[in-house]
Amino acid sequence: MRLSCPFCGPRDSAEFTILGDAGVTRPDPDAPDAPAAFFEAVYLRDNPAGPHREYWYHGAGCRQWLVVGRDTVTHEIFDVTLARRP
Amino acid sequence: MRRSIFSLALNALTGHRLWRPTWRDAVPKPEYDVIIIGGGGHGLATAHYLANVFGIQRVAVLEKSWIGSGNAGRNTTIIRSNYLLPGNNAFYELSMKLWEGLEQELNYNAMVSQRGIVNLYHSDAQRDAYARRGNSMRLHGVDAELLDRDQVRAMVPFLDFDNARFPVKGGLLQRRAGTARHDAVVWGYAAAASRRGVDIVQNCEVTGFIRNGDAVVGVETTRGSIRAPKIAMAVAGNSSRVAALAGLRLPIESHVLQAFVSEAVKPLIPGVVTFGAGHFYVSQSDKGGLVFGGDIDGYNSYAQRGNLPVVEDVAEGGMALMPMIGRIRLLRSWGGIMDMSMDGSPIIDRSPLPGLYLNAGWCYGGFKAIPGSGFCFAHLIAKGEPHPTAAALRLDRFERGYLLDEKGQGAQPNLH
Ligand SMILES: Cc1cc2nc3c(=O)[nH]c(=O)nc-3n(C[C@H](O)[C@H](O)[C@H](O)COP(=O)(O)OP(=O)(O)OC[C@H]3O[C@@H](n4cnc5c(N)ncnc54)[C@H](O)[C@@H]3O)c2cc1C
Ligand SMILES: [Zn+2]
Repeated sequence: MRLSCPFCGPRDSAEFTILGDAGVTRPDPDAPDAPAAFFEAVYLRDNPAGPHREYWYHGAGCRQWLVVGRDTVTHEIFDVTLARRP
Repeated sequence: MRRSIFSLALNALTGHRLWRPTWRDAVPKPEYDVIIIGGGGHGLATAHYLANVFGIQRVAVLEKSWIGSGNAGRNTTIIRSNYLLPGNNAFYELSMKLWEGLEQELNYNAMVSQRGIVNLYHSDAQRDAYARRGNSMRLHGVDAELLDRDQVRAMVPFLDFDNARFPVKGGLLQRRAGTARHDAVVWGYAAAASRRGVDIVQNCEVTGFIRNGDAVVGVETTRGSIRAPKIAMAVAGNSSRVAALAGLRLPIESHVLQAFVSEAVKPLIPGVVTFGAGHFYVSQSDKGGLVFGGDIDGYNSYAQRGNLPVVEDVAEGGMALMPMIGRIRLLRSWGGIMDMSMDGSPIIDRSPLPGLYLNAGWCYGGFKAIPGSGFCFAHLIAKGEPHPTAAALRLDRFERGYLLDEKGQGAQPNLH
């Protein structure tokens, strides 16, 4: 697997560390349903077989956090972009 | 035919023409008392205990491919019960006790071989951690011995004891640990269940659930719909996918773990040896191949194959620990997909949907758990109550804050 870093070009996946599902956002701690929302954000995952958007960190390169679109069945990588606050 | 020395002699003398298949490849019926999804070790063991211990014989095991084609046929077959935490410890020890009587119980040679596991330590801090784990095991009645360097040297003299960075300082030994023959475990449970009337149905993929309100009352499969009041999932690395068919999300990610086997060599490695400073563990099969592995690849995957960085990492771990294996040639490598749970421990529980039961989250330690898991899952399904030794393996422990995190890594599945 090779990730095409938008800053460093195509690099060996060993240079990166994965964090996991990029769809997870930190819930509002003041919302009335905060305990349930935090439980979902911390523990529950869709874990799909197929396309998956996930955070990777380019630790042995530009040290940027990236969002990678990847197929979990074929390991094909569709796109790699800089992670930004939505 | 019951297997014994006499049946073996009879068959040898008659040119092995009298052997019959040990289990029936069944055609699914429209209705059962219990449907088990997944014909791996856990599904088949559950069927055996349901039929032979808890008296429920109208049972079907539905397997999308052939039985044992998943992790049951891909793992490195290490069995042990050297766990730290109370919720895990008694459960794995129950499993170990069942392994010890398994072959007599199933009348099948599962090649259970208790030749010991030694977890090496390389620093004072690691020795303290292993002393703690060993004490916890002994408090639960599990055998554990803390070895010093010389005792380890007497067992496995070929290690690089004076490695400049990670000298071997000793190890934690569980003598009753060892290995078993993966395929034989699958076939043995299948045979024992089948003899009691369990239908083992292959090439039958579950593609949906039949619902009656909230309750789950049947499954849609590639071989038609099948109904049952109790439906039990034991699909290992595919738990999230199957649960999603019922609208459930689980505290699980699917990850690939690779394993390796070398060409056969003469007896070399007496038991199971694990490196404490990198991730590398090794045993030797009865055929002579060194069977070894290391870390999971670390990214979500359903691919049943991994990438080269882990191959390199495992090889480096092996070379650091026992440089003598450098000239051994690799025969094969492969990968399997496992449920990595959010605390690294499994789940045996009811699901939130009436009629649906869940057996999942086995991570890379689920082979050793097969007998205990099958027994406890069958108990839960038959009696509606969790077995006391599996009572901590609940699905709601994440929400309630009662995690079983052996490594203390937190909710990061790829670190467990
Ligand atoms: C490389 C590797 C090494 C390992 N080494 C060890 C070890 O040394 N010791 C240890 O204790 N554990 C080990 N494990 C872990 C262990 O193999 C698993 O945790 C355990 O086998 C999982 O349970 P199972 O046998 O029931 O799984 P599986 O054999 O995977 O059974 C699940 C079955 O469900 C079927 N299925 C999936 N979806 C459907 C569907 N929709 N419909 C019908 N059927 C379906 C699959 O085809 C599969 O046959 C290892 C795993 C791997 C991958
Ligand atoms: Zn980069």
